[in-house]
Amino acid sequence: MNNIIVLPMALPIMLGIILIFLRPYIKTQRVLTVLGLLVTIGISIYMLQWIQTDGIIRLDFGGWEPPFGILFVADSFAVILVTAASIVTLICLIYAFSSIGEKIEYMYFYSFVNFLLAGVNGSFLTGDIFNLYVNFEIMLLASYVLIVLGGKRMQLRESLKYVVINIISSWFFLVAIAYLYAQLGTLNMAHISVLISESGQTPLLTVTSLVFLIVFALKSGLLLYFWLPGSYSAPPTAVAALFGGLLTKVGIYVMIRVFTLIFYHEPQITHTIIGILAGLTLIMGSIGAIAYKDIRQIVAYNVIIAVGFILVGLAVMTQEALEGAVYYLMHDMVAKSLLFLLAGTMITVTGEKRLDNMSGLIRNYPVFGWMFFIVMLSLAGVPPLSGFIGKVLVGQGAVEAGSYILLALGFISSIFVLYSLLRVFLNSFWGETIISFDDEVPMKKGWMVSFGLFTALMFTFGLGAEYFAPFVADAANTLLNPQIYIDAVLE
Amino acid sequence: METLMIILTGVLVTIATYLVLSKSVIRVILGTAVYSHATHLLIITMGGLKKGNVPILGDDDVSTFVDPLPQALILTSIVISFAVTALVLVLAYRAYQTLGTDNMEELRGRKYE
Repeated sequence: MNNIIVLPMALPIMLGIILIFLRPYIKTQRVLTVLGLLVTIGISIYMLQWIQTDGIIRLDFGGWEPPFGILFVADSFAVILVTAASIVTLICLIYAFSSIGEKIEYMYFYSFVNFLLAGVNGSFLTGDIFNLYVNFEIMLLASYVLIVLGGKRMQLRESLKYVVINIISSWFFLVAIAYLYAQLGTLNMAHISVLISESGQTPLLTVTSLVFLIVFALKSGLLLYFWLPGSYSAPPTAVAALFGGLLTKVGIYVMIRVFTLIFYHEPQITHTIIGILAGLTLIMGSIGAIAYKDIRQIVAYNVIIAVGFILVGLAVMTQEALEGAVYYLMHDMVAKSLLFLLAGTMITVTGEKRLDNMSGLIRNYPVFGWMFFIVMLSLAGVPPLSGFIGKVLVGQGAVEAGSYILLALGFISSIFVLYSLLRVFLNSFWGETIISFDDEVPMKKGWMVSFGLFTALMFTFGLGAEYFAPFVADAANTLLNPQIYIDAVLE
Repeated sequence: METLMIILTGVLVTIATYLVLSKSVIRVILGTAVYSHATHLLIITMGGLKKGNVPILGDDDVSTFVDPLPQALILTSIVISFAVTALVLVLAYRAYQTLGTDNMEELRGRKYE
């Protein structure tokens, strides 16, 4: 019965392959993708409930008992993110239906979105470090294609950089796996953890962990984010929203997983470095967010600030901080996707990219404008929206651990987030209208549906934080006590 | 033997880094391909070289056999790097057709494009 764990990855892959054969039937492709995503969401919610009663579930492929075979492990943390990723993909697709254009849809757009989701879900669920690499590659290959679909000059230019930087970081990943394998002779993450706690985390292993840190920092945009603003500005809005919501989060997830499950013995080295990197990311992200007038750049730098903030939670490593990190991760997937969609829509309706060339949008699109306001408040952490609970818990954890510098940086960065988005809001939504009511581009229904769903989700996360608490607490508890995960895998 | 392989890996990484840092897109791609070969050598070396028989269960002495796992890893990784290199080559060709240049310097981009 626990075969169900593989479905969040297997279902999108099979669907993606089937959709290749249905190329001319775009309507059918849309319907099938939505159905597939709904089933995936249903399955992941079911799994989440199941984990609460029966503990961590695992699936050994081919019946090879761990540590010999590849396996999928579903704990609360992984499944929460699987659920969030599937929901975000669904809502971004609703936006894509009425924005992406037939030309791109014919070019296997839905297949590649399914492959992307398969890679993301696989990375969340896998319990084997080499399988993690493979899942990363599935995700990245799909993202290489998605970023360039449409073939505009800017897309081609930025995609080259994006692809090269990711190939090199994947290379680092393989090198790190090779070093780890040479020392321990195993690839099962739980088994690696056991072997390291038996032998102690030798300096060589700590160095290996730092190679892993470089890899995940490149993937998640922790300090090594130089590729991010360019490549997230290039693709069509719906794809940019998917990237902003999902891709960096996978890097963060893996970093949290590896540094709580495997390399947690030398926190004074590894976690201090993560803390420093997170602090620097917060500072540089904040400067970037207020330095540009291009809306896409502002939004992309907001992604970077969030990465820094979530990893403050990992750096201080207390129960509260990790709970906060999980909450904030969920919130950020939703809020960042919405922010990307809103920013992309602003560019679509005005045809301008600079914020000082837009103004008075609120008269043309009042609901749209107030949604931008809500997402801004949510990202700044104003209650009762979804960003609040994560910020409070991370802050509480940082106080407990006594890391006041990270605490200060984290909360100052919230002010920068607020300022950077308020600047967009004041410049673009207030002031004289530049679009007359006659030649105003009508806001399509599909767009408003997806914005509405995202906004509703933000309220749900914020107001229903109490309801999510048991799941998040269980996730943080498993992260903090790796023995629970190890026992579930190795029995 | 292991030392020799590690030196070879180092040489390959040096060459690849040189290529990746050059301005021409095609040389960057070749650099990434050389990187992947270097890692494959590294992984196989990390599993230990020349330790014994082929890893197939049979009547032979099973106490000495080569670790099969690195070979499986390399096989997977070769397939992936093949796919990625193919994709990047197509991408580079298309970018060259559209943008009319293969010089990384000129691919920097302008503001507000």
